[in-house]
Amino acid sequence: MALLARLRESYLLHSFLRDPVAVGSFIVVVLLVTAGFLAPVLAPMNPYDPAQIDVMDSELAPAWIDQDSSFLLGTDSQGRDILSTILYGTRVSVLIGLGAVALQAALGIGIGLISGYAGGRVDAVLMRVADVQLSFSTYMVAIFLGAIFQATFGVGRYEQIAVPFLIAVIGLAEWPQYARTVRASVLAEKKKEYVEAARVIGLPSGRIMWRHILPNTMTPVMVISTVQVANAIMSEAALSFIGLGMPVTKPSLGSLIKSGFEYIFSGAWWITLFPGVVLVLLILTINLLGDWMRDFLNPKLYKS
Amino acid sequence: MRPGMQPAARFRSTHTSSNKKNPMFAFIVRRIAQAVMVMLVISVIGFAIKTAVGDPVRDLVGVAVSAEERARLSEELGLNDPLPVQWVRFLGGALQGDLGQSFFFKRPAMEVILRKAPATLELVLAASVIIVLVSIPVGIYAAVRPRAALSRLLMGGSVVGVSIPVFLTAIMLIYVFAIHLGWLPSYGRGETVRLTSWWETGLLTKDGLLHLVLPAISLSSVMLPLFIRLIRAEMKEVLEAEYMKYARAKGLRPWRILLVHGFKNTLLPVITVGGVQLGTMIAFTVLTETVFQWQGMGFIFLEAVERADTSLLVAYLVFVGFMFVVVNTAVDIIYGLVNPMVRITGRK
Repeated sequence: MALLARLRESYLLHSFLRDPVAVGSFIVVVLLVTAGFLAPVLAPMNPYDPAQIDVMDSELAPAWIDQDSSFLLGTDSQGRDILSTILYGTRVSVLIGLGAVALQAALGIGIGLISGYAGGRVDAVLMRVADVQLSFSTYMVAIFLGAIFQATFGVGRYEQIAVPFLIAVIGLAEWPQYARTVRASVLAEKKKEYVEAARVIGLPSGRIMWRHILPNTMTPVMVISTVQVANAIMSEAALSFIGLGMPVTKPSLGSLIKSGFEYIFSGAWWITLFPGVVLVLLILTINLLGDWMRDFLNPKLYKS
Repeated sequence: MRPGMQPAARFRSTHTSSNKKNPMFAFIVRRIAQAVMVMLVISVIGFAIKTAVGDPVRDLVGVAVSAEERARLSEELGLNDPLPVQWVRFLGGALQGDLGQSFFFKRPAMEVILRKAPATLELVLAASVIIVLVSIPVGIYAAVRPRAALSRLLMGGSVVGVSIPVFLTAIMLIYVFAIHLGWLPSYGRGETVRLTSWWETGLLTKDGLLHLVLPAISLSSVMLPLFIRLIRAEMKEVLEAEYMKYARAKGLRPWRILLVHGFKNTLLPVITVGGVQLGTMIAFTVLTETVFQWQGMGFIFLEAVERADTSLLVAYLVFVGFMFVVVNTAVDIIYGLVNPMVRITGRK
């Protein structure tokens, strides 16, 4: 309760409520994420359950175009309700996005902290690795990792482990972002007097690193985390679209768009459009939230 | 060696440690050494994929061969040698452009990639032209008139642009311009002209150019928001500079002030970012080529993944890795030549 009271009086909440774009984005993100995680309850049907799908219903137009259709957003080629597949797909996309960012953060924060605190040769080597990996563009790294994994495991086995695998691929591809950010703030914090004081009273360096320096590097970490979730969702969609991500049997938003694209030439635009709109909306609102947070946490930047 | 250096210093630097006397030279050497290291790491990864996943015997003779015959072949190919020996052999082959036989195409994998490279590079070139033509005027305009309705609209649009995945842009373009309006072709490269034995260009025929329009726009849409924002930010900074006031006070024509005095000074960061993003664009060609069935490297690469054509996969990895390394090293060295701070602290 004390935390809530503090939040109510805080400048954070005040400035958040004054920014309609931030509030709007927040509401949309919360709605999309809740809808996704409540998919089994909210969705009109379970698109993974063959008993509930009727092939006779395939490629029906949305309800407002085709009067006979009882499906609000139409159906795909297998007769699955688009609204349901989108809800389930959003859940998969968000899950992978959050998981990948958690892995990136764990790897990147650990490496950045060690690199910044240890300095010297360790720092040089770790940052070189990060530099090199960043110079290869995270998409390329993710695409290569995906290709290698798929070639190693074979498509059949791959489908079962797709979610943890995608989390690993995107997590491994993007950790340098965190490592660099954390290292930069560790270098700045390291020189401050509280760290000196902690060292003088003889605390072990592990404790100084994790308990004293780490909490003070969290501001930039929060800023990039928001944007990184959007990036991770986008990477996942891209990987799924080129067939290196979620299989069509357990689709994310990206694989829904992929499977819809095959039918766009026959005029069934809704299979592609609706998952696409949800994907863009999700990424856009998370990005807008990230922008707001960056402006808020960085007082040097004022919106022009 | 820097041209303006004192003769005495130059003389000394030849026999003492060049590290202290000529930091630029040391920087270039260090940067190239790093590039070589990265290529070696790429070769190890490529070799690992080949050894763990690939089957060179199958690549050569297919699957319908008896077990004894396979054993004899793998002995002949040296597949029973220790791994380091095999790696050195792989490296030696790679240096001569020999990365093994593509299982599907029955041709050297590197040759397959090189034949497909022009298609991808033409696409990247066309997208770069669009980026230059659009982002420079828009960026400058948004910097000069930050409060105008149009610049706000453009900047808002760039946030939305960042959030639309490239394949979705591509699909929307296909739906509107190819299916709905029927103005432009939706897939393939169209009519091509053979320039040399390995380079077929689509840039010289009307049909080829028409086929290029939609893929190039899609590919450029990834980078446009970034460049517009970058040019705007740099330009805004330059506009505050004293020499801009001076140029205005001298009564120079406004466009001359903007372009010659203003924009020219934003070029360094723009070119640096541009060089690095060129590599990123190659990554995005994989997505664009998939949507448009564009017969380039990325398209072939995904096919190779589906067919488990490891030699081709490795050839793509090595070729694209090489391009990334060359571009990044060149950009770093040029940046180091222009900006002395970089030589001491490393990049950025």
